[in-house]
Amino acid sequence: MSCQIDIDGLVKRFGDNTVLNGIDLCLQPGERVAIIGPSGTGKSTLLRCLNYLDRPDEGRITVGDLTVDATTAQKSDILALRRRTGFVFQNYALFANKTARDNIMEGLTTVRGWSKSKAQARADEILSQIGLGDRGNSYPAAMSGGQQQRVGIGRAMALDADLLLFDEPTSALDPEWVGEVLDLIRRIADGRQTMLIVTHEMQFAREIADRIVFMEGGRIVEQGPPDQIFGNAQDDRTRAFLRRVG
Amino acid sequence: MRGLDTAYMLDLIPVIASYVPLTLFMAIVAMIAGLALAIVMAVIRVIRVPWLHRVVAVFISFFRGTPLLVQLFLFYFGLPQLVPALNNLDGVTAAIIGLTLHFSAYMAESIRGAIIGVDRSQWEAAQSIGMTQKQVLTRIILPQASRTAAPTLMNYFIDMIKGTSLAFTLGVTEMMGAAQKEASSTFLYPEAFLVVAVFYWIIVEVLSVGQRQLETRLGKAVSR
Repeated sequence: MSCQIDIDGLVKRFGDNTVLNGIDLCLQPGERVAIIGPSGTGKSTLLRCLNYLDRPDEGRITVGDLTVDATTAQKSDILALRRRTGFVFQNYALFANKTARDNIMEGLTTVRGWSKSKAQARADEILSQIGLGDRGNSYPAAMSGGQQQRVGIGRAMALDADLLLFDEPTSALDPEWVGEVLDLIRRIADGRQTMLIVTHEMQFAREIADRIVFMEGGRIVEQGPPDQIFGNAQDDRTRAFLRRVG
Repeated sequence: MRGLDTAYMLDLIPVIASYVPLTLFMAIVAMIAGLALAIVMAVIRVIRVPWLHRVVAVFISFFRGTPLLVQLFLFYFGLPQLVPALNNLDGVTAAIIGLTLHFSAYMAESIRGAIIGVDRSQWEAAQSIGMTQKQVLTRIILPQASRTAAPTLMNYFIDMIKGTSLAFTLGVTEMMGAAQKEASSTFLYPEAFLVVAVFYWIIVEVLSVGQRQLETRLGKAVSR
């Protein structure tokens, strides 16, 4: 089967430090993949490279019929790639000068060129999907962490991206808000949205992912269905990590 | 010691008042032009446009490093000797140009500081949804930076209004020039300069009220 998302030989260095050391990954349409692994192994960097928030040094990223090669990528390629990949930030990163509704509308009006009324209708639809139908006019500063992160997810959903990237979406949340955010991600996953999620919530990863990818030292060490990784990991490093966190 | 000639001061009020529009005209034009220039220069420095950011750095350094009065004299009396085309430069235009350039240097620095103060995640979030650099700046970064910079920019505007009084040294009859003319014919210096001082004070106070309202409005997004 051909890949909807194909990551081929991705390398990222920060100075002398090679953070991603040749990542290959193929996602089928609708596949939900969770990336786990120790801190500082390049999980977040991989996600950021897929959105070109960090520019990879080598490798190709294919999303549908668009292929972006790190060695030749132009501004227009990068914009095209970003329009196909939605990113959910650990710290929400909502636009502080915009209301919840405007945060969701921004990509539709500014980037996709939708009319204001059409974008607003779509934003209101998303607001009710994320359970914030009554908070459209609230500014981020007036919302709880859980609400802000749900808007952050709504903003990424609005792009109708081929791939949603979740970068530790619950790590910055107070424990009381983790549940509602995980519930929302679970619902999106149920809709068979292709997604790549970096998370420390092992139980959650096991529950929603079709495949678990274990990364260490900038490489993919092992990957497979959740039951296999959590129940019968083959690599010592995977087992050692799972013992530590579990 | 003599008392103040209050009758004369009352007579002076309409005279000085008739020059308020010119003072405001010079200040407002210089503020708008200076602000536009300052935003462009701040952005050039923040995103480090090749070689241009060095030119801007030198420009800012010069206009912050020399007195406004020296700059005004340089434009009005100095430049026309070097560039004959500027011979027809009138005092008002020279004052506006001088105020614009002088204050744009200061404003560029405070806008740059405000831009740098906007959290990096705001840039990344805007980029992540596919915005171009220009969209990121105009729609996300500058609106947030303007809130931070607003109080300082208002202070520069107030300085600028007071700075217009230097136009009188270029032979422009504005509020200060009118007061000086009056005083030199009546020799009632305290009365004339007191009246003009009160005029500046009132203008600045009115602006300060406007400033507080503007800040409340701009602060809307961060208040709970």
